[in-house]
Amino acid sequence: MANALSRALDSDLWYSFSRSPVTVASAAVALVCVLGAVFAPLLAPHNPFDLASLNLMDAFNPPAWMEEGNAAFPLGTDDQGRDVLSAIMYGARVSLIVGLSAVVFSTVVGVGLGLLAGYLGGTTDAVLMRIADIQLTFPSILVALLIDGIVRAALPPEAHEGIALYVVVFAIGISNWPQFARTVRGSTLVERNKEYVLAARVIGLSRVRIMLTHVLPNVLGPVLVIATLNLGFAILAEATLSFLGVGVPPTQPSLGTLIRIGNDFLFSGEWWITLFPGIALVALVLSVNLLGDWLRDALNPRLR
Amino acid sequence: MSDTARSQGAGQPPMLEVRDVARYFDVSRPLLQRLLAREGKRTLRAVDGISFAIPRGTTLSLVGESGCGKSTVARLAVGLYGTTRGEVVFDGNDLSSARADAAQRRRMQMIFQDPYASLNPRWRVLDIVAEPLRAFGLLPDRAAREKRVGELLTQVGLSPADGQKFPHEFSGGQRQRISIARALSSNPEFLVCDEPTSALDVSVQAQILNLMKDLQRRMGLTYLFISHNLAVVRQVSDRIGVMYLGRLVELAPSETLFEAPRHPYTRALMEAIPDLDMTGRERIPVGGEVPSPISPPSGCAFNPRCPLANDRCRRERPGMTRAGATLVACHAVEEGRDRQ
Amino acid sequence: MNNLSAKAAAPLLEVRNLRVEFPTRRGTLTALDDVSFSIRAGEVLGVVGESGAGKSMTGAAIIGLLEPPGRIARGEILLDGQRIDNLPREKMRRIRGKQIGAIFQDPLTTLNPLYTVGRQLQETILTHLPMTPAQARARAIHWLEEVGIPGAAQRIDSYPHEFSGGMRQRVVIALALCAEPRLVVADEPTTALDVSIQAQIIALLKRLTREHGTAVMLVTHDMGVIAETADRVAVMYAGRLAEIGPVREVVKAPRHPYSAGLMASIPPLDRKVEHLAQIDGAMPRLSAIPRGCAYYPRCPHVFERCRVERPDLIDAGTTRAACWLHDPASEKQVPFSGTGSTVHV
Repeated sequence: MANALSRALDSDLWYSFSRSPVTVASAAVALVCVLGAVFAPLLAPHNPFDLASLNLMDAFNPPAWMEEGNAAFPLGTDDQGRDVLSAIMYGARVSLIVGLSAVVFSTVVGVGLGLLAGYLGGTTDAVLMRIADIQLTFPSILVALLIDGIVRAALPPEAHEGIALYVVVFAIGISNWPQFARTVRGSTLVERNKEYVLAARVIGLSRVRIMLTHVLPNVLGPVLVIATLNLGFAILAEATLSFLGVGVPPTQPSLGTLIRIGNDFLFSGEWWITLFPGIALVALVLSVNLLGDWLRDALNPRLR
Repeated sequence: MSDTARSQGAGQPPMLEVRDVARYFDVSRPLLQRLLAREGKRTLRAVDGISFAIPRGTTLSLVGESGCGKSTVARLAVGLYGTTRGEVVFDGNDLSSARADAAQRRRMQMIFQDPYASLNPRWRVLDIVAEPLRAFGLLPDRAAREKRVGELLTQVGLSPADGQKFPHEFSGGQRQRISIARALSSNPEFLVCDEPTSALDVSVQAQILNLMKDLQRRMGLTYLFISHNLAVVRQVSDRIGVMYLGRLVELAPSETLFEAPRHPYTRALMEAIPDLDMTGRERIPVGGEVPSPISPPSGCAFNPRCPLANDRCRRERPGMTRAGATLVACHAVEEGRDRQ
Repeated sequence: MNNLSAKAAAPLLEVRNLRVEFPTRRGTLTALDDVSFSIRAGEVLGVVGESGAGKSMTGAAIIGLLEPPGRIARGEILLDGQRIDNLPREKMRRIRGKQIGAIFQDPLTTLNPLYTVGRQLQETILTHLPMTPAQARARAIHWLEEVGIPGAAQRIDSYPHEFSGGMRQRVVIALALCAEPRLVVADEPTTALDVSIQAQIIALLKRLTREHGTAVMLVTHDMGVIAETADRVAVMYAGRLAEIGPVREVVKAPRHPYSAGLMASIPPLDRKVEHLAQIDGAMPRLSAIPRGCAYYPRCPHVFERCRVERPDLIDAGTTRAACWLHDPASEKQVPFSGTGSTVHV
């Protein structure tokens, strides 16, 4: 364990990380966001979903440093008397869960199909890549809206409430797999002709086994980069869908939902209800994207 | 073939026999582009009708310049490619049926050219060398496998402790040793070596060639050795086949080929090699270049560069004819024109 | 070679105590150390050694194209008596092409795929010689003819990809020579080519440089090419010169044990040997070059002094070798000379 740690600290990746102040700062911001979200039940000053603890008397409190502010609500409260800071922490939780799930979903689908297309080639490759091409001609938000619309139309509203989260994950995830599939296919085409793969074929290993044990580990580098960059995108896409009112159900508000709710009060002067969730969203997405950019450069030998 | 029958020894079938094998590749552009450009299909004749046999315990080398099809033959010989025509026979059985049987497949292995691409960079050496053992279920016990890998690494001049390292921690020559250890782990009898020393420095090349010869002596291995380097080939071969544009132009016992090369291309090839003893001497290089295997010349493929070419050479493809211990595909040799 | 002029002439290229360093985060690696040699006009110096020995880097340092973060840390490079190792980038660019031509292993890295070969030749000529575009074009055609491209007047407007590998390397040679440089640095010019083409290219390079009195630094791992082409040879090992001398001497009677091992390990074409002479072990990595002589861990003639003290080039008959065996002060038996394991006394 100590050995692994010292190896990690000695690696080129750590070296390039520690030498880039922007990256270190992004990592710190991302870490704060993630920790705040993960440990929201422990860290948040209030539980915004506990209806019993909500008091309408606390509604529309401005942030604590303002004249009418209340120290109990550092970033103020919304129209229901919910603590904005707590709502952000819980909201970030939802945003992160949806974002991560969507990325995992598109990674699994994209990497799997990309491997198949690249390794098997021929008709499989042609069919899969044309599907990916068609998918790429639709803006991903449109695809997500479409899927959400279909599910809404097909299911009764009560049922929809229960699976809304999964629908959003699926909708965002499915619109992103072609990017993974194309990258993985490209790397697979290179790897499959390398001699270590030929050596495995001479032994007579099955194609599935060669793909999983030999090719897959060697094409994962770029996948990591795309996945990181995509996480930012997925969180943003979820926020967009929720802002448009077709995302996660209002009972589990994400950052996007909070921004939408707060938006109604923006012009009546209660700017904090929408601004702080917005800042949280920007901080989270920006830091994740900067990390992704760094990872891309650090893993690209030509830029080193 | 008579040549095969003679070299078989005590009634045993040769380790590998290749009978009139051809392998074509479709190198046409995609359908739509082809239709737009009004082109037909384009076929690359990588290997176009070659025959040879490798008796057990001996080495047959194939030499030739890039694009002559020697690497394709290497891949045909272990079943990585199927044949377009002809058959490959492994120890008396058709290769494709032999490949379907793990017990037969275990008997053939391959060593590759590029030591930087032939080892999976994400695997430890231990796992790389043990892969054939696992794939063939030869040593189910993990401890026994590790012990065997240790023995194999020692056998190729590395230490058992090297098993814990990753490929990038080794030099090119050491990697090639790992590659050989992997090939040996399933106790094969037949090894296909595709340019195994071409990517190595000359002092390291000598190490690897000595190791391969030593292993052959000790384990009775049969080699199909692919190389572009005639000097290397001379050191390892019992018999040598010279390839040009997908065809065998000459097949002869090693010493015979070097003492009395018959085909004009073989002679040109030998003449082209810079020799250490010739310091300062001028050579007359062969003119021209290797034609494209997509549109090979009619008749003898070497005719555009051949000093002995005549009308027959441009018209008619020469078959293999026997001249002493040598099989040669040349009208000029057959007609005795080369001795004038 | 014209004996009279060569003897009289001062060296065209002189490299003195060249040291190239690569700063890395694990410390500074010394890629070249104390490399000194010279080349006269009209002379071909072959540079041989294993990959990583520093032969290509020496060439890169001379043409001013060291890959960063590599840098010349000590020593100097003189072309015709003028220092060229400390010139500003722009000045060096003008010298490259006009005074020094470069030929690399892969013709595709030298030729721009987007321009016709004629345009690239013309541009080089116009940059370095006072000519009108029409004159430059005529000259470009002349050079394509010189390097043996059939139908040069028609092919001048072809793109690089329309030539075969051997023809492309001819174009590269034309490009390197068309401004009539006084020195050509050729880094593995024939390695990517087939033997029959290789012979053509070597013959061409030899003829053109002799006709124009160009000095050539020929970097290659192929001893046969060196033996055929070079007048003198430098053998490099672990970033240092192991031996330098007339080609016949170094190939036939090397004085440094490494040169001897290297020559002996070349498989002979004219006979079959049961066991090839081999040098055990491998060249040390740059980060682990031993104290003393870099070759001592592999050397069959090693003695105490080799482990502690680093040898400089010492006169050893007709060659100079960095080996203590040739130092009269060494308390060692016989001066070493010979090929392979046989030691001629």
